Amino acid sequence: MKKYLLSLLIVIAFVGYVLYQRGTNVISIFNENDRHPVTIPSSLASPVSTSESLPSATGTPPATVTPRPQTGMYKDGSYTGPVTDAYYGNVQVKAVIKNGKISDVQFLQYPNDRGTSREINGQAMPYLTQEAIQAQNANVDIISGATQTSIAFRESLASALSLAKI
Amino acid sequence: MKETRILMGMPITVEIPGDGSVQAAIDRVFDYFKYVDEKFSTYKDTSEITAINRGKLTADNYSEDMREVLRLCEQTKKETDDYFNIVTPAGSLDPSGLVKGWSIYRAADLLRGMGVKEFYIDAGGDIEAAGKIWKVGIKNPFKQEEIVKVLYVQDAGVATSGTYIRGEHIYNPKDSNRPANDIMSLTVIGPNIYEADRFATAAFAMGKPGIMFIENLKGFEAYMIDRNGIATMTSGFGPYTKEPEL
Repeated sequence: MKKYLLSLLIVIAFVGYVLYQRGTNVISIFNENDRHPVTIPSSLASPVSTSESLPSATGTPPATVTPRPQTGMYKDGSYTGPVTDAYYGNVQVKAVIKNGKISDVQFLQYPNDRGTSREINGQAMPYLTQEAIQAQNANVDIISGATQTSIAFRESLASALSLAKI
Repeated sequence: MKETRILMGMPITVEIPGDGSVQAAIDRVFDYFKYVDEKFSTYKDTSEITAINRGKLTADNYSEDMREVLRLCEQTKKETDDYFNIVTPAGSLDPSGLVKGWSIYRAADLLRGMGVKEFYIDAGGDIEAAGKIWKVGIKNPFKQEEIVKVLYVQDAGVATSGTYIRGEHIYNPKDSNRPANDIMSLTVIGPNIYEADRFATAAFAMGKPGIMFIENLKGFEAYMIDRNGIATMTSGFGPYTKEPEL
């Protein structure tokens, strides 16, 4: 069960990244503990469909925004990415496309947690705040980070989605 | 002025607000990093650390800087319950996990000695920020070109340890078969870059419990990103993410 929740979290975080490119609407979700609210960007909702009317200085009624029809980026179907080495184990994902959009990402392979790390996770750092990472405005003086790898998940999904491209 | 050069196998950037008159200070910093590289690079045949690893130099003949670095490595090893360890799985000494932060700290001291108050030095993503509030972004470990957090720091060090393209070069010293890979990156804010860097390295090697190690360390805060893209922050981290009112 825990494995599925973990997988789901990764999927949510990743889909968040993907969708962030395409919109800035925000939905709130809850993480595995349902304790710490986290926010990920999403464009799952129709773009530019505002329900609140903005105050208008001239008194003219707010313009009506017609939601654009969903055209979708992908062909419907299931697409399996390659097995990708994530160093700590292999990752392979299957992307399910419905109505031109990603409706599900399933793990066909995912490394099992080692006993030790599961135990550590179980203790779950009682009072430290957690959040899903989220892209920020890059307007900074300096960037702190290590040159990273281990993007196996992204690679596998990117390959799966390239198969689904229209 | 701001200048970047590739030294010690990484981009090093120095910025000092001001006109051309600060160029000499910037050059001085780069000269210093060049000196450190010549002495401590395990990739260079001519470095002192290579001579030591080849058994060509006895302890009596170590330079003063080498002695200081090795002493600090030993001290850090003790303070981190042996998680910081410069003995590689192959049995040679590699103090680079400490030398980077130590050399930035020393370079910052050089600048202060020259009367430079506002500056930052960024060596491969490890930063000493001085004299004014600098905006520091934390890189997304899953996506190089993206940042996931903005910090506002002044007179502090910010260091990030993570899994590296060159190989997972930080090992869990208590189990050398197992790289420290439960987490993707760990960013530590400390009173200076020397302190931030050495504790970031050690805490990263601890895996998930590393964040608790920093939590219990007075004067340090951290932001840990795990392999699921979930970040955990220490209890005093929040204020660094708030833009100060001017």
